[in-house]
Amino acid sequence: MDRATLDSLVEARKNRRAVALVTDLATGRQELVAREAVNGVAYADRLAEAFRFDRSGVLATDEGELFLNIFNPPLTLVVVGAVHIAQTLIPMARLAGYDVTVIDPRGAFASQERFPDVTLHADWPDEVLPGLALDARSAMVALTHDPKIDDPALTAAVNSDCFYIGALGSRKTHARRVERLKDSGLSEERIGRIHAPIGLSIGARGPAEIAVSIMAELTQTLRQGDG
Amino acid sequence: MSAPDPSVLDQAAGWLDEGRTVALATVIETWGSAPQPVGSQLAIDSQGNFEGSVSGGCVEGAVVTVALDVMESGAPRVLEFGVADETAWEVGLACGGRIRIYVEPLGGEA
Repeated sequence: MDRATLDSLVEARKNRRAVALVTDLATGRQELVAREAVNGVAYADRLAEAFRFDRSGVLATDEGELFLNIFNPPLTLVVVGAVHIAQTLIPMARLAGYDVTVIDPRGAFASQERFPDVTLHADWPDEVLPGLALDARSAMVALTHDPKIDDPALTAAVNSDCFYIGALGSRKTHARRVERLKDSGLSEERIGRIHAPIGLSIGARGPAEIAVSIMAELTQTLRQGDG
Repeated sequence: MSAPDPSVLDQAAGWLDEGRTVALATVIETWGSAPQPVGSQLAIDSQGNFEGSVSGGCVEGAVVTVALDVMESGAPRVLEFGVADETAWEVGLACGGRIRIYVEPLGGEA
């Protein structure tokens, strides 16, 4: 890798831009391709998929082998609700490589003392979310049980590109939520993007195990998609 | 995480700034139970110092040796390690996996 390519790569990572370093394994020739420029390359579909699933790998072409090395920006997790489960979920999410942001308009919950080292917004989700740019590397979990807080957050999430949306609450709670969101004009397809009850069904008991089930579902969706 | 560890590239860039000669090794393919995912990287300088990981320790020594050759020749190389390899007794993967590693010189002119 020449110095200019290395510098561009380091710079892209600093600015949270997704890029792929494509190396011709026979000649050593290299090219940096930005995620938004994948349509310009011959193997656009394969590269788009590699970005989506964060899957670097070798691509056999007629001209020889290409190694696609994906450099995606860090994943982000937006936690709506500075609640007890959030306190367990956040350290796990950070270990798994997520930058975490917490939103809760209730100041007593969203205190830096309860949530050290995370970006904390003691405001309503609809005030904060427009500035967060939820993208294909973002996930959101709504944990407050309070429709006044959760519903606007979920509405913003289902209308964004974020790869995972989860909402805490029983089936009954979710059924009522679905009705409210429908009444607000959201399509069933959009609403269907919400994972609820949140987390994989592993019989989790207590905040730590629920956090494990949430992280498992998040990971499954990230790596294998929603289908 | 299959995302490469950014600190390896930062470290490598820092080494180049100090005037060191550097090579970069990247895991490009794995089969079976390989210890490090595709995209994992190891930066090596001409003194044999290294940062990062391509196998969790099993083949790093051999990769460093090849990296020194690559720095000298300037030509990238593709390496393969695994239990089926005849060098398995020396530097094979105890986990039974197989990996391919691309070793390239770093920091030259375009």
